[in-house]
Amino acid sequence: MSNKPKFAMYWAASCGGCEIAVLNIHEKILDVDANFDVVFWPVAMDAKYKDVEEMEDKSILLTLFNGSMRNDENEKIAHLMRRKSQILVSFGSCATEGCVPGLANLFPVNEIMDVAFHTVTTDNPNNILPQTSFEVPEGTLHLPTMNSRVKTLAQVVDVDYYMPGCPPESHQIAAVVDLVIQVLQGKAQLPPKGSVIGAGNSTVCDECPRARNVKMIKAFHRIQEVAPLDPTLCILEQGVPCNGPATRSGCNARCPRVGAQCIGCYGPAEGVLDYGARLVTAFASVVDAKEPAEIESILDGIPDPTGQFYRFNLADSLMRASTSNWKKNGH
Amino acid sequence: MSEQFEPVIVGFTCNWCSYRAADTAGTARVKYAPNVRLIRLMCSGRLDPTFVMKALAGGADGVLITGCHPGDCHYIEQNYKALRRFLLLRRTLAGLGVEPGRIKLIWASAAEGLKLAHEINQFVEEVRALGPLNWPKWNDQPAEIDAVKEVA
Amino acid sequence: MATTNRITIDPITRLEGHGKIDIFLDGNGDVANSYFQIPELRGFERFCVGRPVEEMPLLTNRICGVCPEAHHMAAAKAADAAYHVDPPRTAKMLRELLYMGFYATDHTTHFYALAGPDFIMGPDAPVAERNILGVIHKVGLEIGGKVIQMRKYGHTVVEMIGGRKVHPATAIPGGITKILSEEERKQIEEMGHWAIDFAQFTLQAFKDIVLSNKTYLDLILGDIYTHHTYYMGLVDANNKVNFYDGKVRVVDPDGKEFVKYEPKDYAKHIAEHVEPWTYLKFPYLKNVGWKGFVDGKDSGVYMATPLSRLNASDGMATPRAQAAYEEFYATLGGKPVHQRLATHWARLIELLYAAEHWVELATDPEITSPHVHTVPTEKPTEGVGIVEAPRGTLTHHYTTDERGLLTKVNLIVGTTNNYAPIQMSTNKAARHLIKGGKATEGLLNMVEMAFRVYDPCFGCATHSLPGQMPLEVTIHNQDGEVTEVIKQFID
Repeated sequence: MSNKPKFAMYWAASCGGCEIAVLNIHEKILDVDANFDVVFWPVAMDAKYKDVEEMEDKSILLTLFNGSMRNDENEKIAHLMRRKSQILVSFGSCATEGCVPGLANLFPVNEIMDVAFHTVTTDNPNNILPQTSFEVPEGTLHLPTMNSRVKTLAQVVDVDYYMPGCPPESHQIAAVVDLVIQVLQGKAQLPPKGSVIGAGNSTVCDECPRARNVKMIKAFHRIQEVAPLDPTLCILEQGVPCNGPATRSGCNARCPRVGAQCIGCYGPAEGVLDYGARLVTAFASVVDAKEPAEIESILDGIPDPTGQFYRFNLADSLMRASTSNWKKNGH
Repeated sequence: MSEQFEPVIVGFTCNWCSYRAADTAGTARVKYAPNVRLIRLMCSGRLDPTFVMKALAGGADGVLITGCHPGDCHYIEQNYKALRRFLLLRRTLAGLGVEPGRIKLIWASAAEGLKLAHEINQFVEEVRALGPLNWPKWNDQPAEIDAVKEVA
Repeated sequence: MATTNRITIDPITRLEGHGKIDIFLDGNGDVANSYFQIPELRGFERFCVGRPVEEMPLLTNRICGVCPEAHHMAAAKAADAAYHVDPPRTAKMLRELLYMGFYATDHTTHFYALAGPDFIMGPDAPVAERNILGVIHKVGLEIGGKVIQMRKYGHTVVEMIGGRKVHPATAIPGGITKILSEEERKQIEEMGHWAIDFAQFTLQAFKDIVLSNKTYLDLILGDIYTHHTYYMGLVDANNKVNFYDGKVRVVDPDGKEFVKYEPKDYAKHIAEHVEPWTYLKFPYLKNVGWKGFVDGKDSGVYMATPLSRLNASDGMATPRAQAAYEEFYATLGGKPVHQRLATHWARLIELLYAAEHWVELATDPEITSPHVHTVPTEKPTEGVGIVEAPRGTLTHHYTTDERGLLTKVNLIVGTTNNYAPIQMSTNKAARHLIKGGKATEGLLNMVEMAFRVYDPCFGCATHSLPGQMPLEVTIHNQDGEVTEVIKQFID
């Protein structure tokens, strides 16, 4: 039996991108293997929920948990991994703030299913919807129950650290692996509980190579109206909504470097209580107009402000869901 | 007889004009609805949209923002910032289902106590007509559930 | 001997997301039926409504972090179509070049880390050796390093053109935001030549190790994994396989062309069947009809995989891949090939094509042109974008208002096309292997092989031990007591 500390990685309601990001640390994965016993990682190796349940509580040193809480099975496993792990990291945007699927919180959950099962190509004249318990001739089949809204990991269990990003960039993951190994070797200290790790303390603007001047925006543009952009100048200044000003640094401003606006996948910058509110301030401040009619006309250039400002973190914002979601579902 | 719904309204008032207007109303013994809880900011430009969201998510049915008339801002131009933020915030909140009528921006000078009282009363009625917002208090206490044992 | 009535395999791993199989037995202990359930739904078709269409290449990336490139391209093409705009040639080439880099990476990791063990070690190898380490010992230690190198190179192409390795950012309606520099182009070309060598090496390794092994060849040609269904794939104007663009061609179980449709007409040909015991739907050919989970010309069930693409086409568009294609059909007795295990071989032929086309695109004189975007001039309405994801035909259908905000979204995703075949394949394997209430060790491996061949949207691991499907089969007697527990790769 190995004496190496135990490591686990689990995916709840996720897309698999966090797993790929971990594998993209390439040779560094061998350092993980050299320093840990990988005991549970459904994508890559052989262990089941039963095996985790049989482990002693707190016997797994480090668990990277990605994916949000979309249904009751996700929540059950979150509780399980919390019990069995000393350090539980909320890994990636889904676990930390809900990510893109958190936009489902703009609608009541029954609409999520209704629409999926009545698309233009769906043949469903008898209005069949998936059942959490269904009798077939041979017995009973079960499916997990969807929650009324998408929740983050920390809204369900106690979390030790947060690694933001959709997905966290591989160089950041490699840096965290190095840090943990150094801690194991007694050469470094873990940061305080509740810290954000694998990311910077500033905003994406700080990492962006584009030139920034005083901004006076007379019009907001959709990127397809003005592409390709001037590669040397700030994207927001060119009138394309870029979420850099409120987004945490750590990704090296990859998207602005290739001519695309920052969409905010690294979540709120340090000290930001509500990401969307911060972006409202940032964008409103650069609008160059004083008359209400003119201001409204400029703001028409952002046709979906709710999506623009809460694309990744609606589930973790101050308001968390729209009235249409919580009024229909109860809360 | 059913009790009338009394809206809870948070009012962010700027120190130089509108807060003084509220004072003036008080001194002149002009009555206005007690539903508004006033919070004084040094300038309407200090209004962070986060304050509005915190108020609404925290139980307010409406939010009032008051500032100096355009051109009269004590800090020159910051009330224009407040105006721009207010307009963008209102659109953003509409996407979350918050009726635009629940937040309002009013200009009032220090001398316009009567006007301010009137505007406050009117806003209270507008929010009363919309009904309570009752934004949920999200219960985040992670509770251990027996279902964990069912996982195996 | 107790009568058993139910076997549950849960969870299935090496699937993007989660899945489970329930197998029910009749009074004799033979298989009465089995159900392959997909237990999750996130709702992209609902919550994307109200979003601007240019965000769809970014939002739909998050459907799958293993193949976001596929969604990125399908979304961009659907957005192009909605705006009635035709991107400049350089933009299309850059998108396609990114896509070839991705394909090479994706097919490589699936073959070596997931499928390779089944094939290269063979069905009789001890279970402990049926994994990537066994593969490496058999074919050489260099291989592991080469697989990592191929993944790196492919992802470097994605990152150079798309900005990031996972969830690329540059495809927009009308083109792409990135202009390729000459320095980047040179690097991409060099990596492309290496990729061609690697693909040829892999094909040769497959021939040397798998095809020369009679036991294994018998398994490929045998009946247990054979299904006669319709086959679907995207083809270019010459009916050659194309991953990025073209028309969707469907051939019948005899190999005859059944239909060839343009993306905008997909809804006339594809419908989705609903069952209440799963969150995923079952696509089928509308004009044949849903007849249940059955094979044959009268059943609307179709497959969309590398094997399907080869079956549905008249050949490959690049020379080395074309030679490999001809050899494939000559060896297996002509078109179409129905033995599903041959999909793994077909995947390697596609790997070679992806690498060759990568170099073709990287050496095109216009690839570094600054003309990468056409501004749309018309108001957006509705559009369909179709690409071939590694796992199957991917369809994005958007309807927008006149501002370009989405009013309706319909997505038919790669693996979804194969959901009925997966259900049927696992059912067939289970029926073949479970008799009289006894489940054998063979069941565990054979059931894995039945659905793994479809590469269910995930198969990726580098050094740790993939291919060791953790399966626990619990057999209950009619009183609900556990009579037998068979475990594989579970300590």
